[in-house]
Amino acid sequence: MVNIIWALMAVAGIVYAMVNGTVEEVNKALFESAEEAVTLSIGLISILVFWLGIMKVAEEAGILQFLARIFRPIIARIFPEIPKDHPAMGYILSNITANIFGLGNAATPMGIKAMEQMKELSGGNTASRSMITFLALNTSSLTLIPTTVISIRMQYDSGSPTEIVGTTILATLISSISALIIDRIFYYRSVGRG
Amino acid sequence: MGVITLISTWLIPCFLLIVLVVATWKRVPTYEKFVEGGKDGVKMAFSLLPFLVGMIVAISILRSSGALDAFIQLISPALISLGVPPEIIPLAMVRPISGTAALGMTTELIGTYGPDSFIGKLASTMQGSTDTTLYILTVYFGAVGIRKMHYALKVGLLADLVGIIASVIIVTLIFG
Repeated sequence: MVNIIWALMAVAGIVYAMVNGTVEEVNKALFESAEEAVTLSIGLISILVFWLGIMKVAEEAGILQFLARIFRPIIARIFPEIPKDHPAMGYILSNITANIFGLGNAATPMGIKAMEQMKELSGGNTASRSMITFLALNTSSLTLIPTTVISIRMQYDSGSPTEIVGTTILATLISSISALIIDRIFYYRSVGRG
Repeated sequence: MGVITLISTWLIPCFLLIVLVVATWKRVPTYEKFVEGGKDGVKMAFSLLPFLVGMIVAISILRSSGALDAFIQLISPALISLGVPPEIIPLAMVRPISGTAALGMTTELIGTYGPDSFIGKLASTMQGSTDTTLYILTVYFGAVGIRKMHYALKVGLLADLVGIIASVIIVTLIFG
């Protein structure tokens, strides 16, 4: 599916540009965005190295397993496929915690690590049930305090920059719960089909 | 509110402290393990690179050609009939696709309509309450080499739709 979507985005854009005379803009954007993507990936190195290093120490010291054990009752309900005390649980938990507190750049390495552990559990290169649940949780955003938005509001002299925290938390809560429900519906549908 | 900000700033240093103290107590060779784990990070960043270049370039073609705007125009009537204010629709559509573009739009909306206007508050809530589905999908599945994503994209995008509608309803109820 990703192949079709990817090709479709590019093809639709190019055809549209040819018809509407925006080929020049596309040409420019093509190389600028490729460069932007490389900068983004290189920028990820520092946080990936730092967090994966620290998390390796945490894993060796048994801290991840300890965290996994404490929160197992909740997480096990959301991820029934993952065996108890498996390090994947610890990484999932760390990712969720980092997300909740708006530490996006700590959340990404832990999320990738969690995916890696889940891939080991399922084997193969198809997304497993728990992987999709985990992805759904992450895409719905779990952030309690939207720090970036607050700082933009401050820049524009908002009378109350943090006024939107309440509505954001409420919207986040609804979208996360819906993500879990939608995920379940799709899972049972795919199982039903065989 | 203040408490959560406080936790956010203290969380990482405290976590580091606990990890290092416990690891040293348990005689884990901390520095060596840190380096060992960190090496994975370098590999991961480079393996991610082609995924990000591919995805970001395709999105930029779609945006710069004007096709994305045309698409937004096309489906706007449906969203307006659901009660979504027309000013917010481009942001709602772009939020799952491109994080930087969405942040730019949020800034622009807050700048144009004012942070304390209805649109400003709605844009703020929308920006904060969902994440860039396509980016997360690319990074998480790309890094570990998942080729078949199954129903993942559908779930992510449907959840975004619910999040967008929820933002509109909540902001209308509370600030409207």
